[in-house]
Amino acid sequence: MSMVSADYSIIFSPPQRDAIASALRQLLPEDCILLKKEDLGPYSCDGLSVYRQLPLAAVLPKTVEQVQAVVRYCHQQTIPIVPRGSGTGLSGGALPHHQGILLNLGRLNKILDIDIDARSCRVQPGVRNLAVSDAVRPQGLYYAPDPSSQIACTIGGNIAENSGGVHCLKYGLTVHNVMQIKLVLANGELATIGSGALDAPGYDLLALVTGSEGLLGIVVEATLKLLPVPEHAQVLMAAFDDVVKAGNAVGDVIAAGIIPAGMEMMDHMAIGAAEDFVNAGYPKEAQALLLCELDGTREEVEDGISQVKALMMSAGASTLRVSEDNQQRSRLWAGRKAAFPAIGRISPDYYCMDGTIPRNQLPHVLSRMQELSAHYGLRVANVFHAGDGNLHPLILFDANKSGELQKAEQFGSDILQMCIEAGGTITGEHGVGMEKLNNMCSQFAPAELEQFHAVKQAFDPNHILNPGKAVPTLHRCAEFGAMHVHEGKLPFPDLPRF
Amino acid sequence: MSSDQTDKLKTRILDALENNHPVKIVGGNSKAFLGRKPVSDNEINTRVHNGIISYEPGELTLTARSGTPLKEIEAVLTDHNQMLAFEPPHFGDGATLGGTIACNLSGPRRPYSGAARDFVLGTRIINGKGEVLRFGGEVIKNVAGYDVSRLMTGAMGTLGLILDVSLKVLPRPETEITRSFEFKPGEAIAQMNAWAGQSLPVSATCFYDGRLYLRLSGSKSATLSAAQRMGGEPVLNPDRFWIDLREHSLPFFESDRLLWRFSLPGITEPLSASDAPMLIEWGGSQRWCFSSLPPAEIHQMLESVGGHATQFRHHNGISEVYHPLKPVIKLLHRNLKNAFDPNNILNPGQQYLEI
Ligand SMILES: Cc1cc2nc3c(=O)[nH]c(=O)nc-3n(C[C@H](O)[C@H](O)[C@H](O)COP(=O)(O)OP(=O)(O)OC[C@H]3O[C@@H](n4cnc5c(N)ncnc54)[C@H](O)[C@@H]3O)c2cc1C
Repeated sequence: MSMVSADYSIIFSPPQRDAIASALRQLLPEDCILLKKEDLGPYSCDGLSVYRQLPLAAVLPKTVEQVQAVVRYCHQQTIPIVPRGSGTGLSGGALPHHQGILLNLGRLNKILDIDIDARSCRVQPGVRNLAVSDAVRPQGLYYAPDPSSQIACTIGGNIAENSGGVHCLKYGLTVHNVMQIKLVLANGELATIGSGALDAPGYDLLALVTGSEGLLGIVVEATLKLLPVPEHAQVLMAAFDDVVKAGNAVGDVIAAGIIPAGMEMMDHMAIGAAEDFVNAGYPKEAQALLLCELDGTREEVEDGISQVKALMMSAGASTLRVSEDNQQRSRLWAGRKAAFPAIGRISPDYYCMDGTIPRNQLPHVLSRMQELSAHYGLRVANVFHAGDGNLHPLILFDANKSGELQKAEQFGSDILQMCIEAGGTITGEHGVGMEKLNNMCSQFAPAELEQFHAVKQAFDPNHILNPGKAVPTLHRCAEFGAMHVHEGKLPFPDLPRF
Repeated sequence: MSSDQTDKLKTRILDALENNHPVKIVGGNSKAFLGRKPVSDNEINTRVHNGIISYEPGELTLTARSGTPLKEIEAVLTDHNQMLAFEPPHFGDGATLGGTIACNLSGPRRPYSGAARDFVLGTRIINGKGEVLRFGGEVIKNVAGYDVSRLMTGAMGTLGLILDVSLKVLPRPETEITRSFEFKPGEAIAQMNAWAGQSLPVSATCFYDGRLYLRLSGSKSATLSAAQRMGGEPVLNPDRFWIDLREHSLPFFESDRLLWRFSLPGITEPLSASDAPMLIEWGGSQRWCFSSLPPAEIHQMLESVGGHATQFRHHNGISEVYHPLKPVIKLLHRNLKNAFDPNNILNPGQQYLEI
């Protein structure tokens, strides 16, 4: 994309590829090192594939000691390291550095220990998210954070992004469900952060590292909290002829004191695409669709569902359906879960955005988005973690048409700016990575960005860990010329924008 | 009665910097017993900076200035049938929001709902350079930038003076039922953990004096049916019991001896750290005891089970009161302190001697 440009506050001059190759051979078995262009190709991008870059080398260590050895070497030689899990990230976080080493953690993929009585398990970073729940389900337990990418994404990537899922309004994000991590620091030392208890002495380093996008350390082990599988769960589908009504219905449910396990919204275009793709039974004429899942004890769920039903009716739902069994429940969810690929079927390309807004701003933000859609001549579909205000607008474009990619990108950037102005944030769960560096200049003032850089300095004085991502340099912000939105107020608020 | 004193507080920090005169940050002074004794008498009181800035019941978010009395916040939430789900202890009449967050203190609901840090969405702070900075926000999901707000939670004011805090709030449960059971300590711990492994609306557990106390919270039907299944005996004035536990005003806490807080994996067998009995709560994860064993011995005992120990009350405030940090972690603490407060003027030594 046009915006992808290096943002390196320090200039690296690492040894040449040959020198690096022979050094790596001292540290790792041959089958853990990739140097050929064709072998490096698969690592050239993450889920945001418009950004591409080949690393000098890739390594696939099999042990924590090997990770430490590589990091120690890179620290000594000041070679950038980019950690990578499954590469499903959507902000270019795992994009390789042209002068650096890509560190693939995929071979550290063992579940080390499951403690049923303590309801926790210890895993290596390359374990896939869903594999954890699969492993403990026979014992009636599961790992709560469930990103839609959970078949593929890794626990290491989840921790680096503080990933969420459809159940996070009730069960929290990754940060609420990780108890302890082992982190390889920038100098190769191993640090244990958090504890097997509910807290640890001193500063909350666990929270600081969670969501740090691989800039503060390499996660090489994690102890995860497991929860009992709820006795019962039901999902209610409600369709509306107006998004405002649907938005209000969400507020009504929460105001009634109900915290749904999941509360998802889709707009007209997303409903149509999903229905055509998986036949979930959604009414295609609807302007908005809500999926509200309740879980807990049977009594609790049944009471809750009848309460939600009544609330949806009085909020003006045109169709209501409640799952009677798990098969119906899966079918109702299938459409939402397949929403991204469904959009992929109706457009050559799409660009997935990820902003959060206070939910009461939804009508305003959606109507502004329609204006922008008209302005750019690009369609937009919306899926929305409605319970917590996390929007995923999907901008439809065709990369083969000249200029469309740039337009999509500008449209996306405008949406994020709008999220800030609405009192929200530029990323709810996908991270800043490479993609949203410029938007960070709008969300944060220079002194705040400087404070982030100071935190980075505290962990990684040579800036070798995923350098240039997540936090823009002040220089970049000056060049970008972003207006920092101060306390929700833009300078010159009366001037028309977009 | 609501007042924004950001500028005044900032001036105080800038003055402290200029005169190289460290500050001691005080809210309601209800938690002065926690941590090491302040080295400075240059007090900055945050109570002048108070008031709820925004409260959106439908969004489940509340933002207030640090000097706002906790009582005021809880009263407003109660009016809307909502609550601070981490059930913060006040430990005194004047407890403020800022002090509560700076100490990361949570009450009986902690293992089932989360700690103070779990509900912090954003903060505005003044760092040790006198800069007013905002991190996080007022929305529930936000991963832009490092999570500095949670870092402030529990940092005892050593990294920044907290100006405002945004919190996620939750609805109050429709019904709460408390039951008690006769148990031996080991069995009680096993039982607490067995309950936590099942789909039950448990919201608090506590064992002392031979009895295991259990609170269920949720819809009427769910709590009633769970209580029926679980048995036990009703407890007289249950709300009082849980408040007294939270506020350390149960008879158990009446002593002038050194009170230790043990934080450890909930399933750990009973420990014998003293001749006095222990109070066990949080599903076994938080245990209180009066002990005169040498601190080093207690630290060792806790480390051997994967936990840590704090001298909570009645310590001398001069030697370290928190669990010693591993060298590599200590270095990160020092580096972070330097990143936020390079001149060491914010509550120096209040948490650990060197930070
Ligand atoms: C179809 C689809 C749906 C998605 N749905 C969701 C969703 O619902 N919720 C959500 O939150 N996200 C979602 N995502 C985004 C993505 O899946 C998550 O961000 C995920 O956590 C990334 O995991 P990964 O293993 O693929 O990490 P990668 O993409 O490989 O890496 C992500 C970041 O983490 C760093 N990293 C990876 N491993 C480590 C480690 N061990 N130590 C330190 N840093 C590390 C990388 O450097 C990079 O910055 C979705 C993505 C796709 C493609």
